[in-house]
Amino acid sequence: MRVNFTVNGRPQEADDVWEGESLLYVLRERMGLPGSKNACEQGECGSCTVRLDGVPVCACLVAAGQAEGREVVTVEGLADYAKHRDDAHPGTGCAAGSCGTGLDAAKRWQSKPTDGRTGEADELSPIQQAFIDAGAVQCGFCTPGLLVAADELLEQNSSPSDADIREALSGNLCRCTGYEKILDAVRLAAARQEETV
Amino acid sequence: MGVTGSPTNIQQGSKTKGGIGESTLRPDGTLKVTGEFAYSSDMWHEDMLWGFTLRSTTAHAEIRSIDTSEALATSGVYAVLTYDDLPTDVKNYGLEIQDTPVLAHGKVRHHGEPVAVVAADHPETARRAAAKIKIEYVELPVITDEASATGPDALLVHEGRDDHHIGHVPHPNIVHRQPIIRGNADEAAKRADVIVSGDYTFGMQDQAFLGPESGLAVPAEDGGVDLYVATQWLHSDLRQIAPVLGLPEDKVRMTLSGVGGAFGGREDLSMQIHACLLALRTGKPVKIVYNRFESFFGHVHRHPAKLHYEHGATKDGKLTHMKCRIVLDGGAYASASPAVVGNASSLSAGPYVIEDVDIEAIALYTNNPPCGAMRGFGAVQACFAYEAQMDKLAAKLDMDPVEFRQINAMEQGTLLPTGQACDSPAPVAELLRLVKARPLPPEQQWLAAGEAADVRALPGGLSNTTHGEGVVRGVGYAVGIKNVGFSEGFDDYSTARVRMEIINGEPVATVHTAMAEVGQGGVTVHAQIVRTELGVNQVTIHPADTRVGSAGSTSASRQTYMTGGAVKNAAEAVREKVLEIGRAKLGTYHPAWATAELLLEGGKVVTDGGEILADLVDVLEDEAVDLELEWRHRPTVAFDLKTGQGDGHVQYSFAAHRAVVEVDTELGLVKVIELAVAQDVGKALNPLSVVGQIQGGTIQGLGIAVMEEIIVDPKTAKVRNPSFTDYLLPTILDTPTVPVDVLELADEHAPYGLRGIGEAPTLSSTPAVLAAIRNATGLELDRTPVRPEHLTGV
Ligand code: FES
Ligand code: FES
Repeated sequence: MRVNFTVNGRPQEADDVWEGESLLYVLRERMGLPGSKNACEQGECGSCTVRLDGVPVCACLVAAGQAEGREVVTVEGLADYAKHRDDAHPGTGCAAGSCGTGLDAAKRWQSKPTDGRTGEADELSPIQQAFIDAGAVQCGFCTPGLLVAADELLEQNSSPSDADIREALSGNLCRCTGYEKILDAVRLAAARQEETV
Repeated sequence: MGVTGSPTNIQQGSKTKGGIGESTLRPDGTLKVTGEFAYSSDMWHEDMLWGFTLRSTTAHAEIRSIDTSEALATSGVYAVLTYDDLPTDVKNYGLEIQDTPVLAHGKVRHHGEPVAVVAADHPETARRAAAKIKIEYVELPVITDEASATGPDALLVHEGRDDHHIGHVPHPNIVHRQPIIRGNADEAAKRADVIVSGDYTFGMQDQAFLGPESGLAVPAEDGGVDLYVATQWLHSDLRQIAPVLGLPEDKVRMTLSGVGGAFGGREDLSMQIHACLLALRTGKPVKIVYNRFESFFGHVHRHPAKLHYEHGATKDGKLTHMKCRIVLDGGAYASASPAVVGNASSLSAGPYVIEDVDIEAIALYTNNPPCGAMRGFGAVQACFAYEAQMDKLAAKLDMDPVEFRQINAMEQGTLLPTGQACDSPAPVAELLRLVKARPLPPEQQWLAAGEAADVRALPGGLSNTTHGEGVVRGVGYAVGIKNVGFSEGFDDYSTARVRMEIINGEPVATVHTAMAEVGQGGVTVHAQIVRTELGVNQVTIHPADTRVGSAGSTSASRQTYMTGGAVKNAAEAVREKVLEIGRAKLGTYHPAWATAELLLEGGKVVTDGGEILADLVDVLEDEAVDLELEWRHRPTVAFDLKTGQGDGHVQYSFAAHRAVVEVDTELGLVKVIELAVAQDVGKALNPLSVVGQIQGGTIQGLGIAVMEEIIVDPKTAKVRNPSFTDYLLPTILDTPTVPVDVLELADEHAPYGLRGIGEAPTLSSTPAVLAAIRNATGLELDRTPVRPEHLTGV
C-alpha cells in the first residue's frame, strides 16, 4: 500500500508498504530517518517516541497505515519544531519546504562515521542542548525518544516538579545514565526557558 | 609566514582548553541528540538484504534433521545456511575456549541457540522463511544446577572436552575451579567469639543495553568482507571471525558502528559471523538487527550464583577467618566463565583484612543460557554475599554495621587472599564515612506538609496502590572491591595512533584507536588527553577500526587506563618528535630550545617558564607527525591452581553505598528513595562523565536488588521472560536521587593516577539496598532480586 503523511514538516509518501509495517520501520528504513530508535519494538522502552499530530507515541506500536494524512515529528525535526512551536500549526513550521529531509535525500541517506567533532553548526532545541550540557547522553540510544517526550512535557508544563518529570518520562528506559542527569537536563532546559521568557 | 620564536615575538601563551580534569562535553553529543549518530542498527546499503536467525525452541536435544527446502523456495529469499554450509573446518568460536558452534550441529545445548540463518529482501520475509525450516529434535534431559551437572549419572554438556582447564577440574561439567587457601581458617575459627554463616542466591541479570545486536556485512571485490558492527573489542571479534570464514585477518575489515550500550554483553560474538557468511554467500550486503526477544538469546548474561559463606569475629569486632564456596552457573558455553571464576574467588573476601581464608569458586556447564561478562564480573555476586555477612556479624556483636566494617577495612598495604599486597590507596573506611556522613533524606517525603501523600513517591508509584499506611523506612550500607583491567597473567595491551599536522593554518591532532566507544565516554577523554599533552584545541577522533592495532576490550574498567594510557604515550612521543623538528628548524633562534624543559600549549612551543618559543604552525609547516604505539600495564601472574596465590591483579577500585528505602509491608513493594555513593577514582579526567558512570552503575545494582532477573524454568531450562514487558528494568520512577562523593587519591602506577571507574559502583549498590530492606522489615532475605512475595511471606 501507499502511505502519505507529513514528516518534520515535509509531505512524504511511502510505496509498497506491507500491512504489518510499523511507523517506526517506515521512518527508519523507508524514509531514511533512523533517529527514532528500535530498542524493543514492543512499546516498552520509549526509544522510538515520535509525535503524531502533536501527541507522543511509540512509533513501533503505530501501524504505518495509521499515520495516513497525519503529521509526524521525529528527533530529526525537533529543533525545527521547537523553533516554530508557537505557530498556528506546530509541526508544519516547514511549510515553506526549507527544512526536513526530502524523500530523495532520505533515500540517499547513508550511515557515516563520526569525525569526533561536535556539529557546532547545527542549531539545537533547548532540550537537545540541555541533554548535552548536563551530561545526560552516554550511549545515546535512549536519547531521541527521551528528547521528544521531554520536549512535549516542557511544552505542556514549563516548570515541572521532579515528580512531574519522572512521571512524564516513566515510559522511556535508559540503561546507562541512572536517570539523574536526565532529570538535570530537563530541569536545565526548563530553567533556561524561564530565563528567556 | 615568517619564523616566529625570535626573542621579539615572545608573548604569554594561552592555556589549552578542554584538557584532563575538565568536564568537557562529548564529541558525539550533537550527533546523538539530533538523531544523526549512526548506530549499528541504522546501517543501510543499497541493495541490502536482511538476515534472520532461527533459534532452538528447546534447551537440550539432538538434532535429527534440518530441512530448509521450503524456506529456500520462498520468494525473496536469497540464502538459508546451516552448519553444513560453513566453509571451513573451524566451526566453533569462543573467547577463551572454542566451544560455541557458529550454527548448532548434532545438538542444541540451550534454549535459543542459533540453528540456521536466512537472508531475504525484507526482514519479514526472512522471518517467515525461517519459520518454514523443519527441525527434528530428540529431547535430552536438561542439566540445570550443580546436582544435575555433577551427580553420578550426569550427561556431559560437552563430550570430549580438551581445553586447558580439563586437567584440574573435578568434573567435565565444571568449566573452571579456583581454590584460594591462605593461613588456616579452621585454626583461626577457634579464636572467633561469634561465627555466622549463610547461603545466598544471586539471580541471572541481563545487560539489557538498549541498542540491539546488529550490524552490516558488505562483501568486497577482493573476496573479503567489510563489517560494520557494535562490539566491545574489534580485534577479539576479528580473531574469532576470520578463521570461520576461511579468510586471512586482513580480508575481514571491521569498523565500529555506533554502540547503544554494552555492559559486557557484547564481549562475545552475536550476529557477526552470521552476517558475514550470508554476505559472502549471496554477494550482497546483509544487515542483521535482533529484536528484543532475540537479544535476550543473543548475548550472555550475568552468572547466577549460589554462595555459601562463613565468617568469624572476635568480641571487639575483628574478623578472624572466612570460608566460602561460590557456584556460578555458566550455562551451555564457556564464554568468560574461567575469568569470572578467577575474579569471584580472588575478590570473595571483599575489602577487608582477613588473614585466614578457605575459598573455592567454580563455574558449571549446564543447559541454562550461557553466562559471561557483565559489569562487575564475578565480584558483584561475592559482594552481595559478604556484605550480608558483615551485617549479620555486626548485629550479632551488637555493633554499628559501618563501624564494624571500618574496623576491618583494608588499606594500602593489606594482603589480599591471593597474597598480593594492595600497593595503592584503599580508602575503604573513608568511603564508608562519606556516605554515612550525608544527611538522611527527610522522613515521609511523600507526605507534603499536611496534605495527602503524592502516590508517585510511594512504593508502587503511579499504580496508586497505597497511600502510605504500611510504609516503613530502612537504611543499609555496603562497600566493595573490584579489580581493574585483565588479570591472571593476560597480556593486556592497547594501541593508539596519534597524528599532528597543520590544517587550514591550525594545528590539528587526530587520534586513531580501535577502542569501542560504548557510551562510557572514552572518545571525550582521548581528546582531553591529547589537548593536555599536545596543547592543541582541535582534536579529531578517527573512527575505530581494525586498521590500527588492538585496543583490547571496553570492559573490566580498563579503557581509560589502557587506551587512555596508550593515547598519552603516543601523544608524548609525538610531542618529542615535534620538539625535535623544532630544534632542528628553529633551535638557533633561542637558547631555551637547547636548555629548557619544553611543552606544547595553546598551539605553541613554550618553556616550562611560560616563554613562547614558536608557533606549531611554523614548526610543522606541511610536515605531519604520525606515530602508533602500544602500551602495557605492569605484568600480572596466573593464580596458583591449588592455593590461589599470586599477584594476579593490576589495580583495584572501591565504592561504598548507603541506601535508604521505603517498603510497603502489606503489598511487598519497595521504593528506593536515595542511594548515596562514594568512590575513589584516583584522578577524575572528566568529572561530569565520572559522575554519570557512577550513577549508571549504581542503578544497575539497584535493578538486580529489586526487579531484574531472567527467569529460567528449572524443569525445561527455557527462558520465561525474554522481553522488556517481563524482564523488569528500573525506570526513572523506580530510581532515587544518587548523590555522589568522589575521592581522587592517585595511584602512582596508573596514567595520571587514575583508577578504573565503571564497575565498582555496580557492586555495593545491590547489597546496600538489600541491607536497607532488611533494616526496614527485619526479614533475612538471602536472595536477590527481592520480590514482593519475599516481603509479605506469601
Ligand atoms: S522501540 Fe518502541 S517502545 Fe521500544
Ligand atoms: S544513554 Fe544509553 S540507554 Fe540512555
